[in-house]
Parts: sequence; C-alpha cells; structure tokens
Amino acid sequence: MDIKDIIKPENLVYTKTKLMTDNALSYCPGCGHGTAHRLTMEVIEEMGVEADTIGVAPVGCSVLAYDFMNVDMQQAAHGRAPALATAISRTWPDKYVFTYQGDGDLAAIGTAETIHACNRGENIVIIFVNNGIYGMTGGQMAPTTLPGMPSSTSPYGRDTAKMGFPLKMTELIANLPGVYSVTRQAVHTPKHVRKAKKAIRQAFENTRLKRGLSFVEIVSNCNSGWKMTPNQANEWLEENMLSFYELGDIKVEGQLVKK
Amino acid sequence: MAELKLMKGNEAIAEAAIRAGVDAYFGYPITPQSEVIEYLMSEQPEFRTGMVVLQAESEVAAINMVYGAAGTGKKVLTSSSSPGISLKQEGISYLAGAELPAVILNVVRGGPGLGTIQPSQADYFQSVKGGGHGDYHMYVLAPASVQEMADFVEDAFEMAYKYLTPVLILSDGIIGQMMEKVYLKDQQPRWTDEEIQKISGKWATTGRIGGRERNIITSLDLQSEKMEARVHRLQAKYKKMAEEDLRFEKIQCDDAEYLIVAYGSSARIAQKTVDLAREKGIKVGLFRPITLFPFPKNQLMEMTKQVKGILSVELNMGQMVEDIRLSVEHKVPVEHFGRTGGIIHTPEEVLAALEQKIIKR
Repeated sequence: MDIKDIIKPENLVYTKTKLMTDNALSYCPGCGHGTAHRLTMEVIEEMGVEADTIGVAPVGCSVLAYDFMNVDMQQAAHGRAPALATAISRTWPDKYVFTYQGDGDLAAIGTAETIHACNRGENIVIIFVNNGIYGMTGGQMAPTTLPGMPSSTSPYGRDTAKMGFPLKMTELIANLPGVYSVTRQAVHTPKHVRKAKKAIRQAFENTRLKRGLSFVEIVSNCNSGWKMTPNQANEWLEENMLSFYELGDIKVEGQLVKK
Repeated sequence: MAELKLMKGNEAIAEAAIRAGVDAYFGYPITPQSEVIEYLMSEQPEFRTGMVVLQAESEVAAINMVYGAAGTGKKVLTSSSSPGISLKQEGISYLAGAELPAVILNVVRGGPGLGTIQPSQADYFQSVKGGGHGDYHMYVLAPASVQEMADFVEDAFEMAYKYLTPVLILSDGIIGQMMEKVYLKDQQPRWTDEEIQKISGKWATTGRIGGRERNIITSLDLQSEKMEARVHRLQAKYKKMAEEDLRFEKIQCDDAEYLIVAYGSSARIAQKTVDLAREKGIKVGLFRPITLFPFPKNQLMEMTKQVKGILSVELNMGQMVEDIRLSVEHKVPVEHFGRTGGIIHTPEEVLAALEQKIIKR
C-alpha cells in the first residue's frame, strides 16, 4: 500500500488547531509549553470564540506566545499580565480574556498583580505554567524552585534558610474570596494532557458564564534548565514536582475542595 | 453649550475626561492629585457614560491597566504625582515602544525621593527626555490654568491617537489644587465598538472580528534591523510633532528687550512679574512653552534677534534652562531662577532675579 492511499480525509484522526500558527515553536524539544499552548487554542477553537478572545503574553520563555497563538494578543511587561487582562476585561466585558504566564512572571515579579487581579475576581482566565525554574534567562532559581533543587543561581541546591521556600501561589490565591476556580494540572503524559484540556475548557466556560476568575496551574518541565533529557525531565517531574505541587482541583465553583 | 463651574484643577480634569468620552481611568491615590480618582468615584461615570473607573493596587498596575485597555483601542487616562509617575515609567516606556495611545497626568510634587507634597516642577527632565528606558519621548502638554487642565484632556487624546503615543499632561500641585472658573464642554459620546474598529481596527486587539488576521501589541523586536526600524518610526513621529503640533504662547513679547521663559504655574507667576517690570519701565516679555516636547526651539532662537537676555523661571534648580540654552546656541545670556522644595517664588523675587542675573550683568 502506498503512503498516498493512507493520507486521506477519512483516515484523519487528528489535525492541528487552526488557532496555532505554522511558526516554528521557539521552545526546546520536550518542553511542555507547546502542549499548553495547543490545549488553550484547541479550547478556544472548540468553543468558537476566537473572534472574542484576547490573550496576554508574559515575559519569560513564552514571551513569544503571540507568535504561536493565532488570536489577538498583547505582550505585557514582566509580571503585569493580570493588570492588562483586568483592563481589557473591564472595558470589554463580553470578551474572553486570558493571561499565559510562567512562574517567575506570575509568582515573583508579578505577585502583586496576580493577587490583586484574583482578589478582585476579574472575569479572566490565568494559565500558570510552573516548571520551577527561569527558562529564558538560562536556568536561574524561580520562586517555585523546590528545596534542594539546583539552578544557576542556587548551584548547590535551593537552601531554604538563605533563599526562602518555594511559593505555592496556587494554594495562596485559592483562599481569596474573589477567586472562582483553581486547579493544578500537568501535561507530561497523554492522560494528564486530556485532564488539563478539560480544566482549561472549564476555565473558559466560567468566563462565558461571567463567574469570575479561573486559575489553571500547569506543572511543567524544563529539560534544558534542569539539565536533563526530555524523558528524564518528565520522570523527575513525576517523582519530585508532583509530590510538592499536588495535582487536582483546589477550588471549584467558589468552594475550596476538601482533601 | 458650555457649563461654567468653579473647580479644582484635579476635579476639572476628571470632569473633562468624562465629558470627552474617555473609556477608562486607572489610578492609585497620591497627594496632591487624589481628587482625580475621588471625583471620578463619587461621580460614578459608569452611569453617565459607561466609563470604567478602577483603583489599582499600585501605580505599576495602573499604568499596565492603561496599556491593556489602550491596546484594545479604548481611550484611557491615568494620573499620579511624581513618586508614582516614577513607578509608571516602565509602563510608559512599553506604551511608547508598543505605540499605544494613552494620556497620563502628572501633578508634580517636590523630590527627589518621597520629597514633599508641595508643588514643584522638578520632573521636567523626566517628562521631556523620555523618563523610562529606551529611545522615546512623550508629547508633553503643560497646563497653566484650571481651564487648560480641562481643555488639554481632549487635546491630549487627539495627539495620542494622531501619533499613537503616550501623551503627558505635566501639571503641578498648584494647578491641581487651586480653584478657578472653568468652562466645561458638552458631553461627547464614548466611541462605539464600530467606531473603535474604524479608528483602531488595524492594530487594536479586540478579538479577530470577522475572522481577520490577528493583531499583536508588543514592544519586542528580537531582530536588530526590525528594532532599529521601530525606533526610527518613533523618531519620525517626534519630527512631525515639532512640525505640526508645537504649541506656545507669547505674552507682551512684541517690544520686549528681556525675556522670561516659563511654563505651567511658573508662567502664571511670571506673568505678574512682566506687569511689575513694565510698571518700572523695563520691557519684559513672557514666552510660555505649552508643549514641552516638542520644544519651541526655533521660536526661542527667533526671539534672540530682539532680546538681550533670557531668564528661565522654574520651580526647580534649573532643568528647562538647558533646553533653552540648546535652543538659542549662546546668542544671548540665559540664566535660571527658581525655588524648590515646595516653595513657590513670588513675582517680586522673579523680578529681582531678572534684574540681578540678566539686566545688570
């Protein structure tokens, strides 16, 4: 059988969402950002709301998210994405507004903007990709770097006595009364990808219903920053990240999930 | 029909913003300009025009809210005073880099640091030379009355949209706090979504309406050639501003032998100095730059054909005087006089300085 006999519309089981551009991703092979981008765009396409969607890109590895996500996008100053999203949503209350931020952007320099946008209960979606390290600048310590975890600015491992503890931003904001839904997901296996997509869909559905702020953390990898192969990084994530950053819903419909 | 009211400068600009059809205000309280947000919050413009008013968690958040809403083609205003404007500088640099229209009011107080809550003009350099990082300027309007506080809102937005640039209204604690009569214009409607599409649809991120190509707001160009082209595009705007939208006022300059150059509240004080000098038989004129960027350098050079010396009167230790010296290229002596720390010079002090530093030299 010739390959041309196989490539037919009726045999098509998967196609790239038209809301991802054809630009080559700037992410390292094995990085979770590409998957997180795709899931976000698939959800927007499936909901049919691309004409009403405005995204905000951060500073960090995903600074160029607007090169890949085929929706209207603004690029924010470092950490300020929730402030931009606040204003866009306030002046266009019927639009779907989301930020896509990394851990340095959201949990270090942008802590104030994150907490206050959440506390006001802005009708936006925040997608928080947490890989425990600064990827773009070359593997420096992040607010979410695990205790003992090495980075280029904690070369002997994160010493919590000197460098503080990893910040569980997601649990922190879940306690704010203005926040409607909070969940922590991952994208390192197909099973996790499917769950993460469901969570992102729920978040944008909350926007549709004007329920308020939906926060989706995605625990991800950084094989370059972690100095590992992609497979090793995913295994390390499973063994180390997920025991500290536990997956699952933390707040549903305005109520904290009891564990 | 215009309405006549007695108002503080800070209140006048807030009321004028509502009437000009401004879509949103984002700010953070700081003396001496908190009346702007207080007035807006008590006026509740969401019921008058649908204007959004939000108290941000910081000046940093406020200016980035301005960026977000401006990036969707909405008319956005923010206000602050000196220390808060310093905090906004990063965001202003991004607005300039991303070529977004927005209006920023600075009701200047004394500095550096926490300084004083009293009036000052010590933010001149920060205002006209850029302020934040990178090769950029803002179009800078300097009101000298409560009436101009009100009138410059509309002018500022016109310039912001003509040049796609942040525009600064550089006021100070005197103009912001003093009460004068002000003629307020009739209510203008806010732009409809259709009008926004027509005016800013080519670049504004309003969603891909009608399946159009995506719009992107960014100040980032990783390719050097593209970044240089972006900076050249900004510089071309500044050249055009100087050619088409330079503003200044000449008071009793026709027969002047000596010239005072002053803007904002200092110009109001110096206007009295001109009267005092003329009572003594000294022919003094007042040149008031209304735009501080672009700066009226050719017009000042022109004045050197007629005057023997220039005194720059500023509520600071000598900032605009540098631009005047650059403008007149040493054709005539140029000196500075000014009080600082929140002290306001009197017309008599200014006249004494003129006599001592310029006339008797």
